Amino acid sequence: MERIIFYIIAILMIVFAVMSVSSRNLMRSIIYLLFVLLGIAGIYFMIEFFFLGAVQLTVYAGGIIILYVNSIMLVEKINNPLPSVPFGRKFLAGAVALAGIILTLIAVWSYNFVNIAESQAKETSVKEVGHAFLSYGDKGYILPFELITMLLLAAMVGAIVIAKSGKFNENKEQNQ
Amino acid sequence: MIAGVSIYEILTVSTIIFFIGIYGFVTRKNLIAMLMSVELILNSAALNFVIINKYLFPEALGGAMFSIFIIAVAAAETALALAIIINLYRLIMSLKTDDLETMKF
Repeated sequence: MERIIFYIIAILMIVFAVMSVSSRNLMRSIIYLLFVLLGIAGIYFMIEFFFLGAVQLTVYAGGIIILYVNSIMLVEKINNPLPSVPFGRKFLAGAVALAGIILTLIAVWSYNFVNIAESQAKETSVKEVGHAFLSYGDKGYILPFELITMLLLAAMVGAIVIAKSGKFNENKEQNQ
Repeated sequence: MIAGVSIYEILTVSTIIFFIGIYGFVTRKNLIAMLMSVELILNSAALNFVIINKYLFPEALGGAMFSIFIIAVAAAETALALAIIINLYRLIMSLKTDDLETMKF
């Protein structure tokens, strides 16, 4: 049963990913991307890592997609389709991507992964993740956690400053 | 882990999504569309981290942690890049990569 659900999710994800990179309407393409992200969240839920699935849903589906939709509406006329890609570039990029897929899959399938027994599989609980985030011992991740907080703060301030800078310059020119 | 699904199949899916992202990044000429392909690439990388953590080292947490960090960095990157793109659109009224010549030397 889980196997069938996984295959359905996988096929849907691949189809929507292809549609997302080939659609000529930006707004449609972002909605297809949303379906791919939802599929990845579904896989996170299926391997019983509920915290990451929830993070994926809230940050990607709730935050990033909305940010994309807003900026597409700000900068692009929605009815204008993107110019079609010339066949030569499409063919070349497709060939390169296909070669990469084949090469990587050969490498993956020829490697002998030591599969664990199914009884050993366990759920990653939120409690475990929280303890790992804030402990500074052997298996603690406090340093990357603090780094990421500083990065997010800097990115937030930077995004505000960059997005407003055009207006500031205009004001300066008017004052002179 | 998912019952009945081996690590190979999930790695296959993430590989295919990764290279679809590469294809989009190469063919697209619109800045926002290119950024969307980068999201695909980042997502497949994060999926790989989690899957390898879950299937091969179920006691460890490293891969899971770093996929959370990947999501955080991707969010920061998207916010900054979209800010730059909106600012750029004010300057040159276009999003095509061919028109971005202001930083060319």
